[in-house]
Amino acid sequence: MTETVVGVDAIVKQLHVCLEADLSHYRVDRLGAELAALTPEDSAFILLWIKRMATVHLELGWQFGRRAPKLLASMGQRQMAAWAELACDTYDRQGLRAALQAVEKVENFASRQLEMTAGVLFADMAGILGNFVRGLSGRKLFLEQGEVIHTDSERIFLPAVIACLPDYSDNFQIAKAAVALQWAQIRFGSYRLDWRGVCQSYPDPQRALQQLHGLESLRLSARLAQELPGLHREMTRLRQVMGESLADGWHEFLPILHAPGADIAVSATCLPRAYALPDFRPWSFQGEIRPEAVAAALAARQEREKARLRVKLKALQEDQPLSAQKKPAEKALGPPGFSAQPRDEEGHLDVALSLDGQPLAPPEGVKQLMLSVYLDFGEIPPEYLVPAGDGEYAPEQLGEVAQDPDAVWKGTYHEEGALLYPEWDSGRQHYRKNWAVMRERDVEPVFDDFPRATLEKYAGLVKHLRRSFEAMRDEHRTEKRQGQGDEVDIDALVEALADARAGREMSDRLFLHQYRTERNIAVAIMVDMSGSTRGWINEAEREALLLLCEALTLLGDRYAIYGFSGVTRKRCELYRIKRFDEPYSAEVKARISGIRAQEYTRMGFAIRHLTTLLKQLEARTRVLVTLSDGRPDDYFDGYRGPYGIEDTRMALLEAKQGGVHPFCITIDREARDYLPHLYGTASYVILDGVDQLPAKVADIYRRITTR
Amino acid sequence: MEADALALEAHFIHQEPYYEPVGNEIAIFATAWQHKLPVLLKGPTGCGKTRFMEYMAWKLQRPLITVSCHDDLTAADLVGRYLVKGGETVWVDGPLTRAVRAGGICYLDEVVEARKDTLVVIHPLADDRRTLPMEKLGQWLTAPDTFCLAVSYNPGYQSVLKDLKQSTRQRFVALEFNYPEAELEARIVTAESGIAPEMAARLVKFAHMTRNLKGGGLEEGASTRLLVHAGKLIVGGIDPVTACRSAVAQAVTDDADMLAAIQELSSSLF
Repeated sequence: MTETVVGVDAIVKQLHVCLEADLSHYRVDRLGAELAALTPEDSAFILLWIKRMATVHLELGWQFGRRAPKLLASMGQRQMAAWAELACDTYDRQGLRAALQAVEKVENFASRQLEMTAGVLFADMAGILGNFVRGLSGRKLFLEQGEVIHTDSERIFLPAVIACLPDYSDNFQIAKAAVALQWAQIRFGSYRLDWRGVCQSYPDPQRALQQLHGLESLRLSARLAQELPGLHREMTRLRQVMGESLADGWHEFLPILHAPGADIAVSATCLPRAYALPDFRPWSFQGEIRPEAVAAALAARQEREKARLRVKLKALQEDQPLSAQKKPAEKALGPPGFSAQPRDEEGHLDVALSLDGQPLAPPEGVKQLMLSVYLDFGEIPPEYLVPAGDGEYAPEQLGEVAQDPDAVWKGTYHEEGALLYPEWDSGRQHYRKNWAVMRERDVEPVFDDFPRATLEKYAGLVKHLRRSFEAMRDEHRTEKRQGQGDEVDIDALVEALADARAGREMSDRLFLHQYRTERNIAVAIMVDMSGSTRGWINEAEREALLLLCEALTLLGDRYAIYGFSGVTRKRCELYRIKRFDEPYSAEVKARISGIRAQEYTRMGFAIRHLTTLLKQLEARTRVLVTLSDGRPDDYFDGYRGPYGIEDTRMALLEAKQGGVHPFCITIDREARDYLPHLYGTASYVILDGVDQLPAKVADIYRRITTR
Repeated sequence: MEADALALEAHFIHQEPYYEPVGNEIAIFATAWQHKLPVLLKGPTGCGKTRFMEYMAWKLQRPLITVSCHDDLTAADLVGRYLVKGGETVWVDGPLTRAVRAGGICYLDEVVEARKDTLVVIHPLADDRRTLPMEKLGQWLTAPDTFCLAVSYNPGYQSVLKDLKQSTRQRFVALEFNYPEAELEARIVTAESGIAPEMAARLVKFAHMTRNLKGGGLEEGASTRLLVHAGKLIVGGIDPVTACRSAVAQAVTDDADMLAAIQELSSSLF
């Protein structure tokens, strides 16, 4: 018994700290007692999650804690962790209110479903089923998490968890069937009908909508039986297991709806009779119909696709040789201009394109667009096939224009044109998804005397660097006396022949072999442009970069230089100083000259982005070198302290897993406290003073990239 | 000399290889050959480039010498080198030299894999000079009229490094290959594996699904060659879903999520 009392005390103490009970006045004593009554393992689990959630928001941690002890037995740890993560993610996206609602839902959910241990989570489904649905033909669809199963004709929404059956794999099959059925709605033209309009004439339009949805499900299930027989078998089995039989009278529709070529119009003609029948019993994987969502997506898509298709056709027309464009004899073969013939038979969907009656192989992009248009209309409307006139569409209409990064702060804030990177929240032990909003920007080049002055100032050093870097360049090495090779080694041969004449055994190592030691290195240099570098650190950084560039150009390694800085997660900026595919030019020198100190040291996003860039290059060795003056730090949103360090460490771990070698050069004397934790024991150098930076950086680079 | 003739004999193709023309590639190749132009075959892996070369070698009745290129391939590997035999140095022709001497077809498969400095030796052979410099012999070997140089490469590689130099590619007549139309592909799978036509059509549909995933996690969709493999497994009594996993899914990717997705596609289809 005494042990439990000690447990209670210890737990209450911990709760006190993590929920800041002194200030927040949460009544942690009772919660502590409840937790102590659980098994040590369970109470530790809940306590861990309370701590994690409290780092996100105290109230979230408290509300979670209040409910968790009662629910754990029915939920199981896996589900409880999933719901806690959902609540945190909701907080990231929609704020406290929505997150608290999500916490409350845990209760509803647990009371409704006891077999939650077998539930399949959205995260489990998204990866596999996302690829699954893109493998099916037609428009490229994306999976997103939503309240219920439905589609807006571009995205398919699935709930956070599907738990209809006590078996995990059955639940996964339900999710798969749901995705396939939503896909079938788009693929087989369910939305070529004004659902609301048709249902409006009935006394209860909502009921009419549901009955029509039922008819469509029956029709599509027949189409799926042809298209994906394996899946259809599975769907039939699931319906049997779930006991989802057809209501009275519905069987009479089957022959009509299962007839080959039956389309949405056939379903609509059945609706008056179906309306009189009992309610269609919805299938577990059927989801909902949301005509408004579809209409909104369609409205946005139509003009965009029309513009894109017409612009692409214009380019295609211009690509055709003139002789093909103006041959009167051939013009007579078919109608002038473009025409498209969709082919949709036996489950095979394709579009053929012809120009002036001559068949043309459409590029993949054009084909995709035409397929998407076909799915909306069941044909390619002729006005879509008129090539666009010059300047008819502004780039914005094509949706392909990059937004000016500065404009973000002039008008209302937006995230268009930005890349979103996750951040690791160490408190929560979980990623914050799409958290850092990252943009690449250009450094304003400054054409001044700085590059020349620097090279003059360090003339002796430059000479030394040149010599030592030249020695590292690719070299052809010829090895003598090899067993095989490109040429005969005459010396060895003469010797061997002499040996043979003398009656000794003749060596067979008579060849010259050429080895080529190839340096195949790509390096991204990440320069700290935070406010703390203002002044002479900034100048030393610029000098170091110039000298390094001189050396690297000599060496022939591919390299890029980016500066990083940020204010809060909403404004993470990477400054392009030199891209990988850019030569070391006067412009680049001017940009190095133009490096100015900016804001704060947010590092995770920069590491993640540069890792992505590095991974796109084919190089045997990829190196990420960071020049920095201090620990990761950002203003306001908690990047200070452990959070920033841990996120940076996670980003570096990701980089290492991706085959990138990170290395850090810093002038922060306290760096010994945290750098080994971030980079490992051997992958950093701490310089004693700023003045060493120019002299040492190139040398360090040489050391880390040679054997 | 007799041994040479015997060795060359092995490169003749006597039985007509199975080949279904996709467009007018046979006529183009034959005309290019008549006019002594080298040919470049572009296309994804497993779509029939090598088979096409075998077919043309049979049709034109020329020996076919194939070299699979790799990044250690040196000019000497192609042209030839001195070897030491019994206390004497003996010159041994490389495959390219042999093809030139015999007036045959030399086919450099996956030419981008070869080192760029190696490829330069084919330049004088691939323009109107049609000569092969043999530096170590101090000779220039002029190709007979029947000699043909053909190279293949897969433009689908995303890497910028695996690209042909303009100075190389602009010497060739280019033929583009792609996966055949669905009906034709099904016919090929049936003919090659002996599977029922209806099953072949399903396999082709499955291949199209994987090709839809190209760029979204798959580097390359399932090739016709893989479908033939799957077909053969099915004919051998393996269940179709298992056959697709072993012959197709595992062959195109190692990614666990992607494997599972392809698995779900095939289990939906069969």
